[in-house]
Amino acid sequence: MTNTKEHILSLLEQVSDPEIPVLTILDLGIVRDVVCTSDKDVVITITPTYSGCPAMDAIAFDIKLKLLENCFEKVKIVYSLSPAWTTDWMSEAGKIKLQSYGIAPPQNMASRIEKLLFEEESHIECPRCHSNNTKLLSQFGSTACKALYQCSDCKEPFDYFKCH
Amino acid sequence: MDSNQQISKSTNFQINHCLHLADTALILGQRNSEWCAHGPILEQDIAITNITLDLIGQSRNFYQYAATLINSVENKNLTEDDLAYLRNERDFKNLLICELPNGNWAQTVLRQFLFSIYQELLFEKLIACNDEQLSAIAAKSIKETKYHVKWSSEWVIRLGDGTDESKAKMENAIDELWMYTGEFFIVNDYDIVDMTSLKTKWLEKVKEIFEEATLSLPENTFMQSGGKNGIHTEYLGFLLSEMQVLQRTYPGANW
Repeated sequence: MTNTKEHILSLLEQVSDPEIPVLTILDLGIVRDVVCTSDKDVVITITPTYSGCPAMDAIAFDIKLKLLENCFEKVKIVYSLSPAWTTDWMSEAGKIKLQSYGIAPPQNMASRIEKLLFEEESHIECPRCHSNNTKLLSQFGSTACKALYQCSDCKEPFDYFKCH
Repeated sequence: MDSNQQISKSTNFQINHCLHLADTALILGQRNSEWCAHGPILEQDIAITNITLDLIGQSRNFYQYAATLINSVENKNLTEDDLAYLRNERDFKNLLICELPNGNWAQTVLRQFLFSIYQELLFEKLIACNDEQLSAIAAKSIKETKYHVKWSSEWVIRLGDGTDESKAKMENAIDELWMYTGEFFIVNDYDIVDMTSLKTKWLEKVKEIFEEATLSLPENTFMQSGGKNGIHTEYLGFLLSEMQVLQRTYPGANW
């Protein structure tokens, strides 16, 4: 098979985020560029979600493994910081998968969020009972990309993939 | 010959500047990480350690860039780990405020507040600088810093405008930390931003939150400095010895 960009993207579609395995790295929007330098060589550019995201090394490793298993010989991973990643790049399919996995997907455009003191993104839909009667417990959650909310109706705490 | 010296001098400034930014983020991150599993409640324990993770991530980006710069002029093969784990106290250029012990929760959140306001203003300037990589790191980092500012501002207000006891602890923290804030605005040879120009805006923002928190700004007082040039408090050596012990004991150890 010829290694077209489409073929590579279909392989990357099979690489998932190690922290949130329902999301592929394409859903997350962290793959920024794919360049085939020859039939067997490829350069993949990825960008971190947060500066300290510990999943980046694992993701780079998984990308390499996936492509080497599929007859590529040289896989180069380039890390790029600019433009900075934003949740606005997350795919719609990814948001639906997050919701059914029990994590509320980002519900606003990151650029529209104003971080006023003691204000929170409100009406975040509870991924379990779908109530909008929810409250922020902490802006910081189990990973850098998530905030911790609680549903005031079903009382369950849940992760919110916060707009960033 | 003159022009060669000129180039190496400016590269040297560039490297030291990058190390200063990296060291500052790393040392504050290392300090904050001491709260891990000791936070006042679980959610806040997670908050301070998330902030720590951001800071350590930022320091990694600065160290990686510094290593690239050093390797390009010195024919070395240094990594971020060499710079973090194998340099001595005198080589560290972090701001003194970052290395001070955490103290109580009031002191920790106040330091984060004073620092994050400063860091946001600095990153705004760095985004506009000519150095593409520094600009990219700053643009990435500032999004995280805004969370730190929000979180720490809320804590300063909560404690300052809280009970008599929480207010007293916040006032005490101001007394402890204020003299280390002058260093934010000292211009060093290697700075590319006019640090003095940040001071008015920083004071304005601090004042705004202090007013909300019913806290007063201290009068002009003696300001301590030295960290940017590698002259540190007695606390940094202990911090480094703990942070570096593994690489010092088993050089090159790997996960």
